[in-house]
Amino acid sequence: MIALQFILSGMLAAATPFLLAALGELVSERTGVLNLGVEGVMALGAAIAFIIVYHGGGHVLAFAGAGLAGLLLSLLFAFATLGLQANQVAAGLAIGILGQGLSALFGKTYESLTVKGLPKLAIPGLSDLPVFGGLFVQDSVVWLSLAATLAIWATFAFTKTGLLLRAVGENPKAAHSIGYPVNAIRVAAVAFGGLMSGFAGAYAATVYTPLWADGMIAGRGWIALALVVFGTWLTARIFLGACLFGAVSLAGLAAQAGGVELPSQLLASLPYLVTIIVLGVISSNRRLLKLNGVASLGEPFKP
Amino acid sequence: MTAPLLSLRGISKRYGEIRANQAVDLDVAPRSIHAILGENGAGKSTLMKLIYGVETPDSGEMLWEGAPLTLASPAAARRQGIGMVFQHFSLFETLTVIENIRLVVPGRTAALTARIGELGAEFGLEVDPYAHVHELSVGERQRVEIIRCLMTDPKLLILDEPTSVLPPQSVAKLFDTLQRLRDGGVSVLFISHKLEEIRAICDRATILRAGKVTGHIIPREHDAHDLARMMIGHDMPEPPPMTPAQPGETMLELIGLTYTPDDPFGMPLRDLALSLKAGEILGIAGISGNGQAELSELISGEIRLPFDDREQVQMMGEPAGHLGPADRRKLGFAFVPEDRLGRGAVPGMSLARNSLLTAHPQGLVRHGLIALAEAADFTRRCIADHDVRTSGVEAEAGGLSGGNLQKFIVGREMMLAPKLFFLAQPTWGVDIGAATTIRQKLVALRNEGVAILVISEEIDELFDICDRIQVLSHGRLSPSLETRRTRPEDIGRYMIGAGAAT
Amino acid sequence: MSAALIWPKLVKRERPSLTITILAPLLALVAATLLNLLLYLIMGKDPVAVFHAMILEPFISFPSFSEVLLKTGPLLLIAEGLAIGYRAKVFNIGAEGQFIIGAIFASALPVWYPMATGQWIWPTMLVAGAIGGAMWAGITAFWRVRLRANEILVSLMLSLVAAQVLNYLLLGPWKDPNGFNFPQSVMFQYDAMVPLIIPGTRVNASLLIALALALVAYVFMQKSFTGYKLEVGGLAPRAAGYAGFSEGRAIWLSLLIGGFAAGLAGAAEVAGPIGQLQRSISTGYGYAAIIVAYFGGLHPIGILFSSVVMAAIYIGGDNALVSADLPIAAVRVFQGSLLLAYLMATTFVRYQLVFLRPVSGVAP
Repeated sequence: MIALQFILSGMLAAATPFLLAALGELVSERTGVLNLGVEGVMALGAAIAFIIVYHGGGHVLAFAGAGLAGLLLSLLFAFATLGLQANQVAAGLAIGILGQGLSALFGKTYESLTVKGLPKLAIPGLSDLPVFGGLFVQDSVVWLSLAATLAIWATFAFTKTGLLLRAVGENPKAAHSIGYPVNAIRVAAVAFGGLMSGFAGAYAATVYTPLWADGMIAGRGWIALALVVFGTWLTARIFLGACLFGAVSLAGLAAQAGGVELPSQLLASLPYLVTIIVLGVISSNRRLLKLNGVASLGEPFKP
Repeated sequence: MTAPLLSLRGISKRYGEIRANQAVDLDVAPRSIHAILGENGAGKSTLMKLIYGVETPDSGEMLWEGAPLTLASPAAARRQGIGMVFQHFSLFETLTVIENIRLVVPGRTAALTARIGELGAEFGLEVDPYAHVHELSVGERQRVEIIRCLMTDPKLLILDEPTSVLPPQSVAKLFDTLQRLRDGGVSVLFISHKLEEIRAICDRATILRAGKVTGHIIPREHDAHDLARMMIGHDMPEPPPMTPAQPGETMLELIGLTYTPDDPFGMPLRDLALSLKAGEILGIAGISGNGQAELSELISGEIRLPFDDREQVQMMGEPAGHLGPADRRKLGFAFVPEDRLGRGAVPGMSLARNSLLTAHPQGLVRHGLIALAEAADFTRRCIADHDVRTSGVEAEAGGLSGGNLQKFIVGREMMLAPKLFFLAQPTWGVDIGAATTIRQKLVALRNEGVAILVISEEIDELFDICDRIQVLSHGRLSPSLETRRTRPEDIGRYMIGAGAAT
Repeated sequence: MSAALIWPKLVKRERPSLTITILAPLLALVAATLLNLLLYLIMGKDPVAVFHAMILEPFISFPSFSEVLLKTGPLLLIAEGLAIGYRAKVFNIGAEGQFIIGAIFASALPVWYPMATGQWIWPTMLVAGAIGGAMWAGITAFWRVRLRANEILVSLMLSLVAAQVLNYLLLGPWKDPNGFNFPQSVMFQYDAMVPLIIPGTRVNASLLIALALALVAYVFMQKSFTGYKLEVGGLAPRAAGYAGFSEGRAIWLSLLIGGFAAGLAGAAEVAGPIGQLQRSISTGYGYAAIIVAYFGGLHPIGILFSSVVMAAIYIGGDNALVSADLPIAAVRVFQGSLLLAYLMATTFVRYQLVFLRPVSGVAP
């Protein structure tokens, strides 16, 4: 019971880096652009945000700085792949390596330093519930992320913008012939993805574990990429997937605290193993992927 | 004649070496149906893209209601009152009809839905606004495209080869719609390469050949011979003479072929039966999207049936449903797929390397290594024997014109000396010269005793070369019809699924 | 329409430009070098000192150059293997994990039989490592072929798992009992080491193996029919289906070759310059090799050059750390920007930039 309470109260915070990055990547992939650089963009955002908070800039400025850095790095990716038609897989990997390198470079003198996180805000009434009360005590970024999830879901479900993003991803040629600037829309979507990945990194480094260590993103960007596939490009399912991964990453700690004797390396591998297994299960359902997938994903468009 | 709605003066456009349009002049009168007639590759589609703002001309002048017109985008064209229905539709399959329309037409969903109903009733274009596009037939999709255009209140409506996706009966309905539109004050620019339909419906016609205008005429005042001469420089070639078939052994048999595709947008096939003997040509008529793609992959082996269902496809008397394409070729099968680039040939590879694709068992590979000299030699023979116009065996396949690449692929497959030869849409996007050559070769092969199966949307083509025709509609295959005793209308009835009623 | 609007546009060339194919990597190298020197300048480092330590020293100092050769071996091996897959559009980015598993498989022999002697030991270790790497990559192949899971994500996740497997062994069963609790195995016996080939350096026979396999890769990719089939699968998957080249077989082959090469490189590393299993056996070879493969134009000969360049960047980074106090992370920044610059430059192999003139003859 204590373990369950522990997981419930921490799950959303643990899920937030996955969620923010996956939502950004969702928008980008919906328009047909696969940006594999999420891990590196998150790492860069994390370093920028940590440095800003460490020097007293505060969390708002830190998130703004991280978001901007993520946006700029993604625009570089957009320039290479959309402007110059470079291979999206290779360019994404290059951006990832570049972002991780810059992160390590900037963060070098901050190794093992800590900053103060954000206070938790409780929803009166709900937070006093037994067992589930912990769910309703979260920091402001978690609440904002939930709002962002809702906003993105509503955008895809109800608005013309959402329709347009889907249309560009499904059939860029048709979108072009009815007069939409396909590549401009894609650039905007990639930039949004970079912004969100920057936020995700900022959250990981200055709120969730406010301690700087090189490589602290530890594969979370890659898991966010996998989450988009798990969620079959649907906002609500991506949210559920992020929560699952939040819970999985806490399950290890909960198990250790509960005195379960497992090698710590197995617990550390748990999110990766779960990713591999879920990826296998979801992907084997081809119909599901075809119905919800993005037909032009990874394909360059030349008007 | 009243002042033209749209005038083009000296419009030119080139893509690299290809001069798609050269100094084209055109006047479209208000309230008229105006044809642009030309064969594949004559520059019709380019001209339409210029008028719709998808591309910008290199030089020349456009006038709209007497005033100069520059179009930066299709949106700008729509603002002026120009709408376009594309040959390969610009619809989004995963979206609903109403969502597709919302992407182009401003307004609230409820109002749009009501408008779709009104236009549908007025012009005979009924569609369900909440249906997903992937559930619609090709004809219904065309209606959606036309409605989407009409909702922007165009003064000029461009239709690119609109009849190529319709069964003959539906063509009449489309023409009725177009005439109602004209009477309602809309001008129609009608692109086609079919002489008879232009004579049937168009008030005026402009004829293009190799990017240049070869005539402005009133179609009713000319017969098909005149039109053909203006379009291709001579009369339409005669179909190859057909002697009565001398059927031999059965080479291909489908026995209750049933298949449900993985792809939710695909067409399931139900209980198909056909039998093809050596020395005859069997045609499969029907609009693509009715199971044509699935059937061609099932016959080629790109889709393999489970071992237990292998008897549903018999080749040269052997169960072959479970075999892949390479194994079927070993039995004496050869295949020309409907898409040349990316399937029948690798665009980024040289012709010599493209020969290897299917001809590698012809001594082009030795000890696991590519035999370059043999591959080049094979390719040279293919180029020479099949009149492929190209710079040589090292030319990239992607650089050839549609007709020349098709001649290369057909030639390569013929050089495999097949007993059973299967072609899907052999003359799609191919110029009349190349198409004629290909048809003649098929008839010659048939006379030598090869069994030939042709899937085609062009009914005329099937009537020219087939001994028998079956119609594939909605995943079902009609009984076999002997071409000599069948009229195009009979085929049309099967195409709309009403064949059994007569 | 304003006549001043001149916007560059990419237009496809008639045929790919051979000149640009050769120039692109050089241009990318120059651009990346200049950009990174600028970055160092901003960071307050002396760009001349960095340039000397990073770019010149690896080639003008023999001890430094011998280290370049030492690092070239694994990079060359892994990149040739990866390139075969990338040409087939099978994106194995988990070479790091395959490298680690290869090192572990190779280490099993000396860890379990530290007293064994004989010249059969190191070759056996190399074979074991190659098999281990191939098996680890085989998991990805299975996931991709049978379950249709994306190989990029699966292979990467397996790399992260492999790093944990290594940690587990080094902190647990394979920890050297006399190693002062450091996370490392015992030092390997003499016969478990690949023989040295250049006296006075650490360069060993695995470089020769890498060169020999590069030759094999050349024949495979450029001359063999199997290589051709893989290439068709990458360029036009539907054409491969039409021809009857099995997609599943292509994926298996690509991943097994990639894993084999990476595993072999991992084995050669523990049986070579390191001489034991430890945490830092890789320093990111598996990821750097991705860059080597692309920077070499996915061509077996190009990769030969690009692996030397990448090895020099590694050694140059080490030098700059010592002599110019440049953080080692600068190497990753350089690698990332080099690949990005190269990918941008190669656009111009198939495209050229055309400045659109305003449309003439159309009234404004």
